[in-house]
Amino acid sequence: MEITTRSLWTLIHGMGFGALYLMACSGALVELYRRYCSHNPAQPTQRDETFLRVYLAVMAALAWLAVITGSYVVYPWYRAKPPAGTTNLAAFPRSLLLSSPHTSAWHNMGMEWKEYIAWIAPIAMTMAAVVVLQYGRRLKEHPQLRNTVLCFVWASLLAAGVAGFFGAMLNKNAPVEGGDTIHLVQGETK
Amino acid sequence: MNTTAATTTSLPNGPGAAAILAAGIGSFALGLLDVIADKVPSIKSWMNFYNPTGPLSGVTTCAIFIWLAAWAILQLRWRGREVRFASVGAIALVLLALGILLTFPPFADLL
Repeated sequence: MEITTRSLWTLIHGMGFGALYLMACSGALVELYRRYCSHNPAQPTQRDETFLRVYLAVMAALAWLAVITGSYVVYPWYRAKPPAGTTNLAAFPRSLLLSSPHTSAWHNMGMEWKEYIAWIAPIAMTMAAVVVLQYGRRLKEHPQLRNTVLCFVWASLLAAGVAGFFGAMLNKNAPVEGGDTIHLVQGETK
Repeated sequence: MNTTAATTTSLPNGPGAAAILAAGIGSFALGLLDVIADKVPSIKSWMNFYNPTGPLSGVTTCAIFIWLAAWAILQLRWRGREVRFASVGAIALVLLALGILLTFPPFADLL
């Protein structure tokens, strides 16, 4: 069982930071609504508040790590131009996708959308984390503020969802491969 | 008892409104710069801050700078103040929606 360093970084970016962020989004939405909605008479405890603040701060960090590794580690391998005369485009995913009308839209629409919309997630989640850090339980006194923060968290879920979906489909159609090979498990031949 | 009183002291909506409007401005800046860099070759080449990543590096760096600058300015102006949040929130959400729409290639191609 082997994996290349480029595949490993793609996994860290997508499955590590991106997928974890997507899973955490639903928890953030539920907690933000449940704890701070005006008709909920229960006051969140200090411990609950601290937990949510840390949770949102970790989510913001995950979003930043996902876009930074995506844009500055994985994307340069994806968009690398093949030397003139290259016939095997397997190591050049962007060129491989654009070489066929059956796959070019994965780049022209999928990657072109994913690479930009993904950056909305860290902006929205950093804002949400800072607002919850500043206001805490006092968000109950500002229902419009809380509802607008919730809309931004929904938008970050949409942004991360689009990026995650196209990331998975792009990696299926033209995986980022290459670099050193890491041997994980030695198998047996039969 | 004192702790509860201290933690439930009313806080004006200004700082929250500043953070929210700045996030809307940052999202819109991202979408707008994406479209401009796509349509204007000279700006596309200027946005190439880091060659392996291409114009994406400049577009996102500039959008982050605009977001943080807007946040700092609004925070200074609205710190400790109550603002009319209905309009601020509506503007922020419109900017967010436009930012998302502008990053969508089929929409950007129509412009």
